[in-house]
Order: sequence, then C-alpha cells, then structure tokens
Amino acid sequence: MSDVRMFDSRPATAVDAESPLAVSNLAERARRSAADPGVTLRERAFLGHLILRGGAIVLDEAVREVLGVSLPARPGALVHDADGERSIQWLSPDEWLLIVPEGEAYTLEKRLRDALGDAHFAIVDVSGGQTLVELSGPRAREVLMKSTPYDVHPRHFPAGKGVTTTFAKATAIVRRPDEELWELVLRRSFADYCYRWLVDAGEEYGLAVEESGR
Amino acid sequence: MFHIYCPYCEEHREEEEFHPKGQAHIARPADPDACSDAEWGDYLFFRDNPRGIHHELWVHAVGCRKFFNITRHTVTYAILETYRMGEQPTITAESLASGEKAGNVQAASGGQQTVGASDAAVASVKGAQA
Repeated sequence: MSDVRMFDSRPATAVDAESPLAVSNLAERARRSAADPGVTLRERAFLGHLILRGGAIVLDEAVREVLGVSLPARPGALVHDADGERSIQWLSPDEWLLIVPEGEAYTLEKRLRDALGDAHFAIVDVSGGQTLVELSGPRAREVLMKSTPYDVHPRHFPAGKGVTTTFAKATAIVRRPDEELWELVLRRSFADYCYRWLVDAGEEYGLAVEESGR
Repeated sequence: MFHIYCPYCEEHREEEEFHPKGQAHIARPADPDACSDAEWGDYLFFRDNPRGIHHELWVHAVGCRKFFNITRHTVTYAILETYRMGEQPTITAESLASGEKAGNVQAASGGQQTVGASDAAVASVKGAQA
C-alpha cells in the first residue's frame, strides 16, 4: 500500500464550486439558441478527471479490476465502461485520462491506489483543471474543421478515438465517443477563450447552447 | 509545413504540435570529473551544422509530449525517418553514401544534395555555381 496522502477535493459537505466556464455566462447565450440548430454545444461540468501514469501492464490489471474495462493500449484509443459513463483515453505511452461522473473521482482514486499497491505509478486528480464540452449536431464536424489542423474526417477519426492537438491555437483533447458526438476537454485557463471561439465558429450553422444543469 | 510522423502516436501530425530540440545522440561524458575542458566544452556547446543528413531531437509538445528523433536533410528539408528515443537511425550520411556506391542513387533534389550524392552530381552542382 502506498503511503500517499489523499484528500477529497469535492467533499460531501456543500462547497461552492465554479466550472471553468462560469465566467462565460452560458445561460445568457442558451436563451438565444437557434431554433433548428446545426451545432449544439453543451458543457458537462464537474466531472471527475484523473490522470493515470505508469506502466501499461500494471495499470491495466488495476483498471480492469476496478472499472471492468481494459486499458486502451493503442495510441489515440478511447474506451467506455459498460454503462458508458466512465471513459479511459490513451494520452501517451505511459499516460491515460480517466473521466468519471461527478463525485466518483475520490473513491475511484482510492480503489485504484489499493489495487496498485506498491507498483510504480502516479494518479493525479485534475478535475479542477479542465472541463468537458460536448459538440453535437449535423454541422459539428465543420466547426472542428475550422478550429483544428487535425483531420477530423470520419475515415481518419472514427468513433472511439481521442487525440491531444492544437485547437484554435490553444491545446485541447478532441474525442469522439460515438458517431453523433464530439467531446472537447479544455484546460481551465483556455476554457473561456475556446468557448468564445466555438460560439463564433458555430454561429453560421445555427448554434444552440445548453447549460450543464447546475 | 512539415507533416511529422510521431513514433509514439503512430500517425502524422502537423508541425505546429512539435518543437525542435537540437542535435540528437549527444553522449554525456561518462566521468565528467575526469574529462578535459575541451571534451566538456564540446559536450556542452559545440554542435554539428552539416549540409545534408542531420539527426535531431524533437518533442511532440502538443500531443503525447514525448521526445523522439528525426533524421532530416538540411538542404531539401526532407524528413527521412523518425524513430524513438534510445533507437539508432537506419538512415545516416554513411548509409546513403554507401548505397550510392552500390548503384542505389539517392535523389539529389534540385542538384543540391552533397552528402550521399554521386561525385558527378557534386561536380555538376559546383560547375553550376562557378
């Protein structure tokens, strides 16, 4: 058992939390959403983001035990668990991003640490450092084509793939969990800028903004 | 724009995702205390500036953030291969030169290539410049 001290960054007691997009006033833009939108933008705030680092073999064992899915070993791979709520993405040969529903990050980190024991690894909770924005709709791909030099054609970017790349001159993780949906993982300091970029880029296709629910 | 193959991401990415980090395969003196000032100075400051094949260290800064090596031609800018850290290049100035002797002539793009090009091609370039 590793003797790393852990703390729950989102304890059960009510603590005010703000998404990185709190300053962007999505509610105001949501009221002006297009009636028949070509692109729908939705923030999924307060998800648990964990960075997993270490050897693939040792991590794979622990992840399969705790989450019931195997660690994606192929570059750019993105896998979801049985109910589609939890995802693991390959970021580099020794680094993976785990995204889980709100409130699960702490217990998951604990269970992974227990499963990994004395192995050589690192788990970092980066939930406060980034947020997830979903793009859907028939023109979503065209918004991405304007924003990133990465080839997002379905032939090159099938569902189940995710890459870290330049997005609107900033850095973002672009993921495609299924055929209809694109996800952007935005760093906190870039979030407002990227959101404004997306609003500007999506305007011509008819843009709808949905709030994340809290 | 370069379109660079990252050996870790296993696909081609745009150049803006990468940073060059200078000459590759620079070995740190095994025993710094025992080496001469000249050796240490060479290690710290002196770099090759070849006309032709150059092995370089690059980092996929926006991406997997791993360092890797690129064999690049400094005249044509052609990237001949990329390979992971700890690996040795399969294409070198020597391998190109010996390939040429075996009749496997490397493309001397624009007649500029002097490393790995045939003696006749070098002479013709020199003749054109004279």
